[in-house]
Amino acid sequence: MRTRTLELSVGLFLVAGIAALFFLAIKVSGLSSEVNQPSYKVYAHFQNIAGLVPRSKVTMSGVTIGRVAAIELDKKRLNAKVTLEIYNDVNEISTDSVASILTAGLLGEKYIGIVPGADDTFVKNGDEIEQTQSSLVLEDLIGKFLFNKATEDKGSTPAPAPTSTPAKAEEF
Amino acid sequence: MIVDSIRRLGANTLAKLQSIGAAGIFLWQALVAVPQPRTSFPLLIKQLYAVGVLSFAIIIVSGLFIGLVLGLQGYNILITYGSEQALGTLVSLTLVRELGPVVTALLFAGRAGSALTAEIGLMKATEQLASMEMIGVDPLRRIIAPRFWAGFISMPLLALIFSAVGIIGGMLVGVDWLGIYSGSFWANMQNSVEFVDDVVNGMIKSVVFGVAVTWIALFQGYDCEPTAEGISIATTRTVVYGSLSVLALDFILTAVMFGDL
Repeated sequence: MRTRTLELSVGLFLVAGIAALFFLAIKVSGLSSEVNQPSYKVYAHFQNIAGLVPRSKVTMSGVTIGRVAAIELDKKRLNAKVTLEIYNDVNEISTDSVASILTAGLLGEKYIGIVPGADDTFVKNGDEIEQTQSSLVLEDLIGKFLFNKATEDKGSTPAPAPTSTPAKAEEF
Repeated sequence: MIVDSIRRLGANTLAKLQSIGAAGIFLWQALVAVPQPRTSFPLLIKQLYAVGVLSFAIIIVSGLFIGLVLGLQGYNILITYGSEQALGTLVSLTLVRELGPVVTALLFAGRAGSALTAEIGLMKATEQLASMEMIGVDPLRRIIAPRFWAGFISMPLLALIFSAVGIIGGMLVGVDWLGIYSGSFWANMQNSVEFVDDVVNGMIKSVVFGVAVTWIALFQGYDCEPTAEGISIATTRTVVYGSLSVLALDFILTAVMFGDL
């Protein structure tokens, strides 16, 4: 009888340990929801990806439809080439969609949001999303704000086009 | 004078080197043996009970309280940035990566390691080991090997239980008491915790700590002076050396696993 209780308690201990492993795998790391969903690869080039990291999520209308697989520098075009893995069941992203780098909350993580276009042709494995919008850089934003403030104070000069402001702001 | 101190330094270094070598040979001899399932399996079960099951209660209680404290402290810090939803991330990553393996190993060194050293030291002092050798039973195989494997198996399981209970403790404080929305608590946690990078690496850590602590405990017991004072010194050494080596190994492993993220 003595060995029976001994073996029973050891068995209980082992089962508790394995149960803890399953809890950590499924409930804590959410393994079940992302077990290698079949996906296809799409590329996008960005001028500035500041803050985007591999494994960031890719969303459309706020719904996660994939993740960032890799980020590298495109040496010919001298900008960032981002490889997106999009789930296979999301297969109707038109070729004129816009991929933009967005921020969750004010200072939160960066992720990619895709706004669908109107074209009838869809991106396939290995295609590129041509239209992109870069990461919002806080310093550029402050630069723009200061420049606008300065021109307002002068009164007469109209605010310049927003695309050219960062460069001009640096001339101050 | 100077020559004398240099001579002592050399002798001490040689003695330390010799004891490290002896510990290595000791482990090798204990483990490299033809396994005999019929005799060694019951011995292993018995040691799993002594090393694992008896440490179960202390692991659950301390894991729960550490989780509760992490939840409370984390909430108080995160609320000033209005990002209390990140509490799940904070609690789970802290526990799975660091506190789970390390605190479990420290408790394990105090609870199971000291007991192993004292037991084997007393066996040596009362010449049970010598008499075993006399009747042709290898004490390394019969006494040391099952205890080592018991530590090797129990440590990762205890660390996993510690982390799981701690995360539940953090959830109790964060969700049930302080009112964080449970959906965002779990979703943020699942977004940031990776199974291979975090959970499996934590498990590898706990296996390494388990080997280190059990090895130190067994060797200190086997190598101690066979007197009452010798056993007391060896037990103290087990806890001190075990804890220090756990902390040092943790730094090295963290640098390797998470250093270049």
